Amino acid sequence: MGRILIDLLRFNRQFAVGLVLLAIVLGFALLSFFSPYPPNDSFVVPPDVPPSWAYPMGTTSRGQDLFWLLTFSIRNTLLFGVTVALISRLLALVIGLVAGYCGGLVDRALMSINDTFIVIPLFPILVLFYFVMKDHMSWGLLALMMACLGWAYDARLIRSVALSLRTREFTETGIFSGMSMRQILVEEHLPYVLPIVFSTTMNNINWSIGLEVTLSVLGFTDINTPTIGVLIYWANQHTALVAGIWWWIFFPVLLVILAFIGLFLLAVSMNEYIDPRSRLGRSGG
Amino acid sequence: MTGYPLYLLTRLGQFALVVFIGINIAFIVTHATPIDPVEQSIAAATQFGSTSPEAIALMRQSLKELYGLEGSLGDQYVSFWSRVATGDFGPSLSAFPTPVSTLIGRALPWTVALLVVSTLLTWVLGNLLGGLAGYYRRSKALRFAGILAMTFHPIPYYIVAFLLLIVFGYLWPVLPISGGYKMNMTRDWSWEFIGSVAAHAILPVLSLALVGLGGWFMGMRSLVSNIVTEDYVAYAELGGVERRRILGSYVMRNALVPQVTGLAMSLGSIFNGAIITEQVFGYPGVGTLLVSAVHVGDYSLVLGITTVSIVAVSVAVLLIDLAYPLLDPRVKAR
Repeated sequence: MGRILIDLLRFNRQFAVGLVLLAIVLGFALLSFFSPYPPNDSFVVPPDVPPSWAYPMGTTSRGQDLFWLLTFSIRNTLLFGVTVALISRLLALVIGLVAGYCGGLVDRALMSINDTFIVIPLFPILVLFYFVMKDHMSWGLLALMMACLGWAYDARLIRSVALSLRTREFTETGIFSGMSMRQILVEEHLPYVLPIVFSTTMNNINWSIGLEVTLSVLGFTDINTPTIGVLIYWANQHTALVAGIWWWIFFPVLLVILAFIGLFLLAVSMNEYIDPRSRLGRSGG
Repeated sequence: MTGYPLYLLTRLGQFALVVFIGINIAFIVTHATPIDPVEQSIAAATQFGSTSPEAIALMRQSLKELYGLEGSLGDQYVSFWSRVATGDFGPSLSAFPTPVSTLIGRALPWTVALLVVSTLLTWVLGNLLGGLAGYYRRSKALRFAGILAMTFHPIPYYIVAFLLLIVFGYLWPVLPISGGYKMNMTRDWSWEFIGSVAAHAILPVLSLALVGLGGWFMGMRSLVSNIVTEDYVAYAELGGVERRRILGSYVMRNALVPQVTGLAMSLGSIFNGAIITEQVFGYPGVGTLLVSAVHVGDYSLVLGITTVSIVAVSVAVLLIDLAYPLLDPRVKAR
C-alpha cells in the first residue's frame, strides 16, 4: 500500500496535485480546533474590514473573523461529504456485490431499481424534503437523506466488478468448500472492489458537497451550522457583492473549488491506477 | 419475443418503474415525516397576532384538504396518485387562484428549451473534442482543452453559474444576467424579441456547458484511445483508409454507443443543474418557480413541480432509449 502511494506520487501528476490540494484544504479545516472564537458568535471583531495582517481574510458584516469562520465551515462541509459517502458506501457495496454475485433475476431487479435512482432528479426531492421539515431540518438528517438517494451510480460500478469476480475460479472453490454467500462476498470479493470503492468515495464526497452547498446557498438547510454554503448564504443575505465586500464570497468559493478539484483528481488518478489500460495508452503515445 | 419488441417492452417497464418509485419517494417524504405540515403552516400564519379559534379550525380543515391529509394513509396514497395521474395539484397558494398546472405549464417550455439547447451543445462538442483528443493524442491544443474541461467539471453547477454571474454581472457587465428576455418587451416573434431571448440564454447555457463538457470529453477520450488499439483500426490504417473516415465511421461511431447510454443516465443530474442555474440567473423556468414557491410556502406548487420533474425526466430518458436502436443495430438482432 505504501509503495503504491509512493509510486502514484512519483509518476502520476494528477495524484500529486490532488493530494496537495486536499492537504491544504484539510490543514485549513484542522485549524478550526485552534480558533479563538466559537463559530456562531457574531460581532466579536469590527465588521466589514478588508483582508489585512490582523484579519487575513477580512471580516464579515456580522462581525466575524472570516479566516476562523471559514475553518469551521470547511470542516463541517468536509465532514458532511464524508458522512454521506460512508453511509451510501454501505448501500452501494451491499447492492452491488449481491447483484453481481447472484446474477439473473436478482441482478435484473436490483439494477432496475438502481437505474431508477440514477435517473430521478434529486434536487426537487431534496427541496421538497426541506419544505416539509423546515425548522426541523438538521445537518445529520440531510446527510442521511442524501445517502439514501445517492448510492446508485456507484452500486452499478461495484456490480460490474463483482459480475466478473463471480466467474473466477476462487469463487467456485469457495462455494464448493462450503462458504456462505456472506462469507464469499466479505472475505473474497470485497478486497477486489475496494480500489473502486475508494475512487467512488471521492466522487461521492464531491457530489454531496456540491448539493449541500447549493441547498444551503438557497437557505434550504439548517442555516445555523456553519458550512461553506451557509457562509455564502449569509454573504448574499447581506448583499456582500453589491456592498463591495468581495472577500466574504471570494475565499469560501476559492477554498471549496480547491476541495472539489483535489477530490476529483484523486478519483481520476485512482481510476487510472485501477484500469492499467489507460496507463499503457498514455505511455505508448 | 425477441429483438425490438422485447427491447421496447423492457424500456417501457423501466419508465413505469422510475415514475412509480419517484412518486413514492415524494409521497414518503411528504407523508411519513413526523412533522405535521398543517400545524406548521398554522403556526406560521398565526405568529403575527391572535386569531380566533373558529378561524384556526377552518384554516386547519382547508389546509388538510389541500395537503391531501384526510382519511387513512391508504386513502391519502390513492388520492395522491389520482392527483398525479390527472395532473391536478389544485390552486397555487401564492398565486391564488391560478392552478398549479398553469404555472408549471408556463415555466416548463423555458426549462425544456434551456435543457435541450445546452445538453445537445455540450454532448456534441464534448464528444467531438474528446474523440479528437483520443485519436490525435499529441495535439497540444487538445491537451490544453482537456485540462480546462477537467478543471471545470468537478465544480458544482451553482458555483460555476455564480462565478459567471460575478464576472459578467459585476466585473465586466456585457451580458444580461437576469430574466429570460428584456423587461417590458412585448412577447411576439419579432427578431428583436428572439435576439433578446438568445442573449439572456447565453450565460445559463454557458454555465451548464462548462460543467457538462468535461464528463463527455474525458469519457470519449478514454473510449477512443481504447478503440484505436483494436485490430480492425490498425487494419484500416494499413489498408490506406482515409484518417478522417477511420475516425468518423470506424472509431467514433462505436464509441458513441456507450455515450448515448451515458446521456440517458445523466439526464437527471443535468436537470438538477438546469434548475439550479435558472435560479441563479432568474431564468423564468421551473427552477426559479420552485425556489420562489419554497420561499412563499406554496406547498401545492412545490409538490407539483417535484412530480412534474420526475415524470418529465423519465419521459426524456424513454425518448433517448427509443432512439437508441437507430445507433446500435445490435439491439434488433438480439
